[in-house]
Amino acid sequence: MTGQTLTEKILSRASGRKVAPNDIVEVSVDLVGFHDLTGFHVIEVMERIGREVIYNPKGLVIAFDHLVPPPDVRSAEIQKLVRGFVRKHGIVNFHDVGSGILHQILLENYVLPGQVVICADSHTSTAGALGAFAQGMGATDVAAVVVTGKTWVTVPKPFKVVLKGSLRKWVTGKDVALEILKEFKSDYFNGMSVEFFVENPQSFPMDYRATVANMGVEFNADAVLFIPDDETVRYVKVERGYECGKVLPDPNAEYVDEYTVELGNVDLLVAIPPNVDNVKSVREVSGLDVDLVFIGSCTNGRLSDLEIAAKIMDGKRVKSRCVVIPASRKVFIKALELGYIQTLVDAGCVVTFGTCGPCIGGHFGVAGPDEVVISTSNRNFIGRMGSPTSKTYLVGPAVAAASAITGKLSEPGDVL
Amino acid sequence: MKVEGKVIKLGDKIDTDIIIPAKYLKYTDPQYLAQHVLEPLDPEFSKKAAEGIILVAGKLFGTGSSREQAAIALKAAGVKAVLAESFSRIFYRNAINNGLPVLVCQGISDVVNDGDYVVVNLESSEVLIQGRDVGVKCKELPDIVLRILSAGGLIEYLRGLKK
Ligand code: SF4
Repeated sequence: MTGQTLTEKILSRASGRKVAPNDIVEVSVDLVGFHDLTGFHVIEVMERIGREVIYNPKGLVIAFDHLVPPPDVRSAEIQKLVRGFVRKHGIVNFHDVGSGILHQILLENYVLPGQVVICADSHTSTAGALGAFAQGMGATDVAAVVVTGKTWVTVPKPFKVVLKGSLRKWVTGKDVALEILKEFKSDYFNGMSVEFFVENPQSFPMDYRATVANMGVEFNADAVLFIPDDETVRYVKVERGYECGKVLPDPNAEYVDEYTVELGNVDLLVAIPPNVDNVKSVREVSGLDVDLVFIGSCTNGRLSDLEIAAKIMDGKRVKSRCVVIPASRKVFIKALELGYIQTLVDAGCVVTFGTCGPCIGGHFGVAGPDEVVISTSNRNFIGRMGSPTSKTYLVGPAVAAASAITGKLSEPGDVL
Repeated sequence: MKVEGKVIKLGDKIDTDIIIPAKYLKYTDPQYLAQHVLEPLDPEFSKKAAEGIILVAGKLFGTGSSREQAAIALKAAGVKAVLAESFSRIFYRNAINNGLPVLVCQGISDVVNDGDYVVVNLESSEVLIQGRDVGVKCKELPDIVLRILSAGGLIEYLRGLKK
């Protein structure tokens, strides 16, 4: 008998029967969540269904991030409405303004290997970094999960990716995500779950895994899962102080196909707007004039990203506008203690924390007409970060920091 | 169940930021959202859709965010169905939950032209092009999806079950 992939194992446990790809099954959900901008909509749907009950209050996580701190009256009103819901139902896992981006909060505090995680935000895929089956859904689907504790999913076809060797200096998880998009384009994995096997766990730390899993939505994969290993256990131990178990695929599990990334061959890459899969080496596009650099978001607002930015900007001054947003209060405080924030502020960056900010063109430095943005976020769609005529180039933290210093799209080698 | 209308054709990867930009997401009122649907692509789109149209698109229609307003806005603007080569997973669910028919129709863009008048039979998943002797067979919709669509959406469907 063939064994099960991690995806099949999780969905079999959650549905109470042995599943196979393409099955449509009802699964029980371990963690459900939403943020301010989708939360008010979820609550509205619950009111319309006429069933404002919460199946599992302890499994519900709410974090404010999109409208943080509220840039206008309606945003404040939305948060007030969600706060009212939190109070009424006595929700414990509530993270108000000043906590961080939902996906980062989930990684730091809640997600465990083998869980089913459903949130009202597409980048819920991030939780796959810890080996959970994590999917974003719309407000109606999420409201149904909050009320019933269940949802339906199509069991995706499993695809295996092996990460082999070690990355070169300054190359990080973002470049690996972009490398995969360059190779497979954004529609190849539609309907698949991509399971990542890291040959040498230390070579690809949790921050990098989170970036890759985050961009699983950009691959249009149904789910992205990193097979739990010693790095997974280390991360949970450091963040939460306890040891978690590993849920693993069977050794004889079958995948529809397999692909190996030789980490040592991955270059510093950039996604050219308005497509996330139009990927080139930074070298091929370097020299482009830059108006705004954004280092942050649920893709690249973690400690290792800030460390890289601080190393590159140390003792220098930025030539373009530069906005830095650590993804959570926890990341911000660690970066403060380690002196990264001081270095970035001294270099002329604007630093705040715990908000999506310009990633979704909301506030904290959106792009003006025709402006060129170098961003560590995940989407370069038309108008995503502000004006419809602005252009967003997606890169990793090292290229973003180097570009801020020179005012042109640059590699770290150009400034060090 | 049949839906019909004039075809407006779009390309590949029409993302949710194009369908309804983030600045409109603080509200869920269908009429408000309808006014801004596909605005970055064509500010006149909502006027063109008002008489009832069928959208024909390429790969990965609705790729991007989970914003359910994308499906709400299209439906409220007058889009009767979206026929595409493929859909993003989240948008596909959102559309059905909001009673907007979505069909996977391989090769549809090669057969149907902008301005054609088409009739879509949701039960048989067949698309007939009026005045031309051609049709397209799309992937069939499961029974449960047809029931949700005919109720007008998931909330209406669940309400109907309770009665
Ligand atoms: S940082 Fe950007 S991608 Fe991440 S949750 Fe916020 S808006 Fe979405």
